[in-house]
Amino acid sequence: MLHMIEHVFVEQSLVAAFAVVGALMLISNFAGKTLTAGRVHGSAIAIVLGLVLAYVAGLYTGGKKGVADLPVFAGIGLMGGAMLRDFAIVATAFEVDVVEAKRAGLLGVVALALGTIIPFVVGALTAVAFGYTDAVSITTIGAGAVTYIVGPVTGAALGADSAVMALSIATGVTKAVMVMVGTPLVAKLIGLDNPRSAMAFGGLMGTVSGVAGGLAATDPKLVPYGALTATFHTGIGCLVGPSLFYLIVRAIVG
Amino acid sequence: MTIFGVALLALCTLIGVFLGDLLGVALGVKANVGGVGLAMILLIAARSWLVAKGKLGHGVKLGVEFWSTMYIPIVVAMAAQQNVVAAVRGGPIVLIAATVSLLLCFGCVALLGRFGRREEAEASEQVRHGGAVIAGDIDDTPAPAPRPLSAPHSRPGTKA
Repeated sequence: MLHMIEHVFVEQSLVAAFAVVGALMLISNFAGKTLTAGRVHGSAIAIVLGLVLAYVAGLYTGGKKGVADLPVFAGIGLMGGAMLRDFAIVATAFEVDVVEAKRAGLLGVVALALGTIIPFVVGALTAVAFGYTDAVSITTIGAGAVTYIVGPVTGAALGADSAVMALSIATGVTKAVMVMVGTPLVAKLIGLDNPRSAMAFGGLMGTVSGVAGGLAATDPKLVPYGALTATFHTGIGCLVGPSLFYLIVRAIVG
Repeated sequence: MTIFGVALLALCTLIGVFLGDLLGVALGVKANVGGVGLAMILLIAARSWLVAKGKLGHGVKLGVEFWSTMYIPIVVAMAAQQNVVAAVRGGPIVLIAATVSLLLCFGCVALLGRFGRREEAEASEQVRHGGAVIAGDIDDTPAPAPRPLSAPHSRPGTKA
């Protein structure tokens, strides 16, 4: 019996994912309304629940893809994978107020620049503080602090050590998770309540998954504006990481 | 028809991602540069064009908006497949690099957001409607009057 149910879940993976995520959202919305009296968004709870499940599943399977490593939940991997995620992000652009977006265009560019430079400098300095002295390792760890894609792309281009690469990816993933969980907590403090600041936020935080999760948990109306700038972030990071940033670091540490 | 909306969205995404790949090659980067962002801009342009032509039918709208309402569930599925174990086990160097850069960037959001901020606190109608669609509580907003375009007996060949 159990085996047959399992079979259905495996065969109908994406459909099963819809049902599972739907149930998760239902529980989260209920918890948000009753346990927190509506103070915490249902979607924020659902995202944190998702992360917790990913952690538990990761411990259990030893894999890298959280819940999606369990064959029964493989559909979650498709549903939350890059293809459908990007498809849904593009769809949110249909709701963009063009006037608002244009007005904040320059702000977005400034945010993108700062959002690439600041994490890189922090990551590079941390690497130095922990005893790394070669330019390749310092650059790779710094790039990981930009996003978890910029890290390995930079590391691969420079021929970094695999342990350093792992560290670099872990830094990016940690940042993404922290953005997802932390954004709703600090949103009020940093004035994240309008399209303008959402565009600055997207450019500064960069990590598409972090921004997508963080804004969804904070205020859905900000999602398209944050995503608009965030999606340029990884590309720019991959551009300057192995080139400009590496040259600067090499010039400094020799 | 709904499929026209979904197809429009797919077309914008494909073209945008392709342009992002081209941009990556042109810049000599092994990554897609802003493909999704370019796709978003294409979709915004397509919508403006359809509105100007008076051809933004109910079906097209439904096809695109369905996917924006699916956005949050998709993000939840995305969260459930993150490598959280790696993040938790990263150790001090990972934690320090991530936390410090995050705090500094949050600070910058506060600074930049204040820069040139206007007094009007009210979000525009479009912004609020968008929020309602993405949050999935569209039924809370007044339903638009049925358009002649989407009348049940309209010609099936209505172009998107």
